[in-house]
Amino acid sequence: MLSFFLRRLLIAIPTIFLISIFVFGLQKLLPGDPLLVLAGEERDPAVLEFLREKYRLNDPIPVQYMTWAGNALRGDLGISLRTNQPVTELIAQKLPVTLQLAMMSLIFAVVIGVPAGILSAYRKGTMVDWVANVVALSGLSIPNFWLGIMLILLVSVKWQLLPASGYVPPGEDLWLSIKTMLMPAFVLGTALAATLMRHTRSAMLGVLTSDYVRTARAKGLSERKVVLKHAFRNALTPIVTMTALLFGELVAGAVLTEQIFTIPGFGKLVVDAVFNRDYAVVQGIVLVTAVGFIVMNLLADMAYVLLNPRLREA
Amino acid sequence: MKHLTLTTALVAAMALPAAAQDLRIALQSDADVLDPDQSRTFVGRIVYASLCDKLVDITPDLQIIPQLATEWTVAEDGMSIDMTVREGVVFHDGTTFDAAAVAANIERSQTLDESRRKSELSSIASVDVTGDYTLTLNLIAPDATVMAQLADRAGMMMSPTAAEAAGVDFGLNPVCSGPFSFGERVAQDKIVLNRFADYWNADAINFDSVTFLPIPDTTVRLANLQSGDIDMLERLAPTDLAQANADDSITVVSAVSLGYQGITFNVGNGEKSETPWGQDKRLRQAFSYAMDRDAINQVVFEGAYAPGNQPYPNVSPWYDDEFPIEARDVEKAKALLAEAGYPDGIDLTVQVPNTTIPLQLMQVVQSMAAEAGIRIEIVSKEFATLLADQSAGDYQASQIGWSGRVDPDGNIHQFVTTNGGINDSGFSNPDVDAALNAARKVPDTDARKVEYDKARAILIDEAPLVYLYHQSWITAFDSRIEGFTAYPDGMIRLEGVTLSE
Repeated sequence: MLSFFLRRLLIAIPTIFLISIFVFGLQKLLPGDPLLVLAGEERDPAVLEFLREKYRLNDPIPVQYMTWAGNALRGDLGISLRTNQPVTELIAQKLPVTLQLAMMSLIFAVVIGVPAGILSAYRKGTMVDWVANVVALSGLSIPNFWLGIMLILLVSVKWQLLPASGYVPPGEDLWLSIKTMLMPAFVLGTALAATLMRHTRSAMLGVLTSDYVRTARAKGLSERKVVLKHAFRNALTPIVTMTALLFGELVAGAVLTEQIFTIPGFGKLVVDAVFNRDYAVVQGIVLVTAVGFIVMNLLADMAYVLLNPRLREA
Repeated sequence: MKHLTLTTALVAAMALPAAAQDLRIALQSDADVLDPDQSRTFVGRIVYASLCDKLVDITPDLQIIPQLATEWTVAEDGMSIDMTVREGVVFHDGTTFDAAAVAANIERSQTLDESRRKSELSSIASVDVTGDYTLTLNLIAPDATVMAQLADRAGMMMSPTAAEAAGVDFGLNPVCSGPFSFGERVAQDKIVLNRFADYWNADAINFDSVTFLPIPDTTVRLANLQSGDIDMLERLAPTDLAQANADDSITVVSAVSLGYQGITFNVGNGEKSETPWGQDKRLRQAFSYAMDRDAINQVVFEGAYAPGNQPYPNVSPWYDDEFPIEARDVEKAKALLAEAGYPDGIDLTVQVPNTTIPLQLMQVVQSMAAEAGIRIEIVSKEFATLLADQSAGDYQASQIGWSGRVDPDGNIHQFVTTNGGINDSGFSNPDVDAALNAARKVPDTDARKVEYDKARAILIDEAPLVYLYHQSWITAFDSRIEGFTAYPDGMIRLEGVTLSE
């Protein structure tokens, strides 16, 4: 059991290493010269040359990577070409924002998606199933930016119920913080709820026709107990995996939603960094996101074990 | 007791404008590093307008007026400028502002390795501090553009104590002498400035703090203003103009910018200039005749910008009235093509930044050119790539603009003189070089105008750059805000601006 997790952790190290090399290489393949943008409109050649030296962009690419990796191992992720801020500081500023958004979105997704999935599987082929599927499909198909702008126009401009955009740290004003993030979390959450609903539905459909459910019914258990306790618990594994993966995706940043609601999270940071060829920032975020994904996968694995006693012996 | 309450209420009412007020301003993007010597973004300059005073400022009609420098005289031979600076000014850290501080600032702008201001101040050879509040700028050669440079980032005064201590990291905690001091910054979220009690012109400032919020989406920026989450926004999109105008609680003001947008042709920058487009000016003239500049402004920008055919808008004192914006003439364009040997039309590849506005613009340009027989292929590129290709001469024509400078020199010299720093077009003409170099040196405005007009006559004929329009800075704000003036440099100046409750 413990060795299983240790093994997983050990595999994670080369994974992160390979990801960072891959991303570094990809960035260098991008055409265009970041310094032409950074040097200002006049593009003074002396400034350009100085910056190339300063950020060691004249070094061969493997040397650049080794320099970066060496510093990263010591906890120094470099500084942003654009704002001169240390990358670790940028990440420390953005990570709580992204985590809060991810968690609130996930709550929306689970609260909407899982019950809808259970219901539509239970009432398969009926009007309920049909409606749930149409809603789920709409959730998947409606673009986030459109739903976001519509919500802002309706909820903030017309009804003036919630702040239109921005971010307030929970430490500053918890209630305002939640209020500000309600709309973006809803927008993200609905899209994810659709995915989650579809997965829950198919998992439940598989389980509901199995023998032990028939036995449970034959025993005379209430439908509620049959569905929630016997069927749902066994359908949980794929749902948990899906939820963990969705959370990982959320941590990587929801660019469009962040852009619309002006949330200073990872998505916006990484997109700006890519356009500005802010190498250190892109590398730093990729590293953190990769670690995030791996941790979520580990947590999901641990959850299986808790949910499914049979795995404990394995 | 009742009396007392009434008196208190009266006092409170009279003191109302002084109540704690935060002004929230939405910016189109996040500023870069907050060090005037290293900074390069437009939004950064908007923040500086509240944070860092400059030696001189401009009026809306581009006259140079005192800010920290109260008087200046250019020597007879144009080789030096005597300057007197304001007494009783302190930086946000308490350091006294004096002539020595000016000298230290100019030295930093000229010598800091990271400085982006070097070329702007390249004509200053040395600074002599002649008294506590007097100094002399010694020039390498007569330069009529120096004072205009000092009206922007090159003239912003930073606390020498703080600059010395922080070095290249000054931007993380900038210390200047403006009406507001630096509070905090969260990247891509906000920049907060607090009222500076010891500001020399503190009476003109009516806010306790200013918060700058980067909100990139134009629709969301306006929605925030309508919902009252912000008080002011810069660069309202022309497409949102109708909506903003229809809202009584919003005031919209605009000023035509100092910059321009147009098409740069590659006429001498590497192999790609050796095409008919680079070698035959008649084709470029034909292209210009095929453009309906007014229609471009109406179709793409709802009429909110200004059509243009020169680097300066036609409201500028530097505009050459000899060459007004001509009406579209498709027949003339066709005739020019035929004369150049292309009666059946010709292909042209134009590179364009892959963002909404440039693409929309190019689609309109494309259809106008097509009617004259010019078949445009649009190649959209991400900005960093576009710049690299343009600088390397790997393009035939490029849709790019310029944000604009106060002095006309900054909008023309470096683009079309033979050794110009950003002459991506590769244009070279001895008469243009002579005229534009002369215009740099003569101090007299009228004499300068004569030189610019000489260059303009040649440039209109040769057409290495075909200008299309000038952006307007459209600022929208809560109607309770009073006293705001739009400037052609797009800056938000808060002196005398009030927000009534």
